Amino acid sequence: MTPVKQATPQADLIRGIWRENPVLIQALGMCPTLAVTNSVANSLAMGLATLFVLVSSSFLVSSVRRLVPNEVRITTYVLIIATFVTIADMTLQAVVPTIHKALGAFVALIVVNCIILARQEAFASRHPVGRSVLDALGMGAGFTLALLLMGSVREVLGYGTFLGVPLFGPNFEPWVIFALPPGGFLTLGTILLFLSWIKRRRTRAAAPSVAGVPARKAA
Amino acid sequence: MTTPAAWTPPPAVPPRRLIVTLAGAGAVAGALILVAFRATLPAITAHRAAALDEAVREVLRDPARYDTLFLVNDTLVSSPPQGADPARVEQIYVGFGSDSAIAGFAIPAARPGFADVVRLIFGYDAANGTLLAMKVLENKETPGLGDKIEKDSAFVAEFTGALAPLVGVKSRQGKGTPNEIDMITGATISSRTVIRAINEAIARVRPAIERYVAEGVP
Repeated sequence: MTPVKQATPQADLIRGIWRENPVLIQALGMCPTLAVTNSVANSLAMGLATLFVLVSSSFLVSSVRRLVPNEVRITTYVLIIATFVTIADMTLQAVVPTIHKALGAFVALIVVNCIILARQEAFASRHPVGRSVLDALGMGAGFTLALLLMGSVREVLGYGTFLGVPLFGPNFEPWVIFALPPGGFLTLGTILLFLSWIKRRRTRAAAPSVAGVPARKAA
Repeated sequence: MTTPAAWTPPPAVPPRRLIVTLAGAGAVAGALILVAFRATLPAITAHRAAALDEAVREVLRDPARYDTLFLVNDTLVSSPPQGADPARVEQIYVGFGSDSAIAGFAIPAARPGFADVVRLIFGYDAANGTLLAMKVLENKETPGLGDKIEKDSAFVAEFTGALAPLVGVKSRQGKGTPNEIDMITGATISSRTVIRAINEAIARVRPAIERYVAEGVP
């Protein structure tokens, strides 16, 4: 008997990174994605903090899934999530105070990040601990990668630096709009556009007759 | 979850179980937070103190030493009133040069800016009425425009040696008098916030500082 594709550990892990990427495919968690990705360091810290909260919450929710009555499950999940967010907040403040300062209120707002609650409700509360943790790792990594992608584009164009290291000569005039909120929308829109273009090319290459156009060489 | 068509009322859960579940979850959450709080508090307090110490030294331009003074009833005293939480009493810092003469005062100031409160600290030379330096401690101003009050070294450098009270002028349109600060193009409100915060703070603590200089610590 061959296992169903979704049930393998690799599939649990990979799903969140690519095929169901929480930001780029599911378009969840837009608030931190747009708000704190104006530099690579902020994106990385935000991504890792969310990853930590997601994995810890999934682990705990999955462990107690048979103990928690249906009526109070959301309350319990939110309580668990809020606990780990508070821990992440204090840890960031103790370890990297400058980044904590730059992220401002957005660390505390991880509590209401719908990616996290969605994974508890849709996955961790119905699957064993191992699979739930893998799923959370994948989703968290997917979120972090998406934020890093946004942060790299915006920091390079908006400040002319990468992780604070200047990339261009002194004559480079930073494209300030990319560091500002509109730059977040522009970057996200462009990335999503590029991804749908890749997806379309793949669909055409896989099934040339469906779209009614000749198949292209590149997959 | 069950599909809407096949929905049947779930078996009733006794309220006691709901209460026990939530109380248990709350207790575990509280315990976890307490442990994390205990573990991180020393580092957080140390970071805050280090950041403030660095800022005080910077705006007093490397004093040989400095003392903390508490502003109580418009008088500067060296220790907070009995029973009061030292952190809640307004503090300013007096720096001394290597000859033990007063080098200046570091005065924290805050004022609402374009977005949220801008907190800063500045060094003040009471004898000449000039500023030694200014450093923004906390701001949430527009990235790329308003946050230049902290990041634009040309703007920050203007405060060194400026004569109080300060006057903000449009960039490169001043008359060159020592109390002028060239405001940042595109960040007028943020620039003005810094200037007004400093002027207000000086107006507020100046009488106390003058008394302190004349009489020493009471």
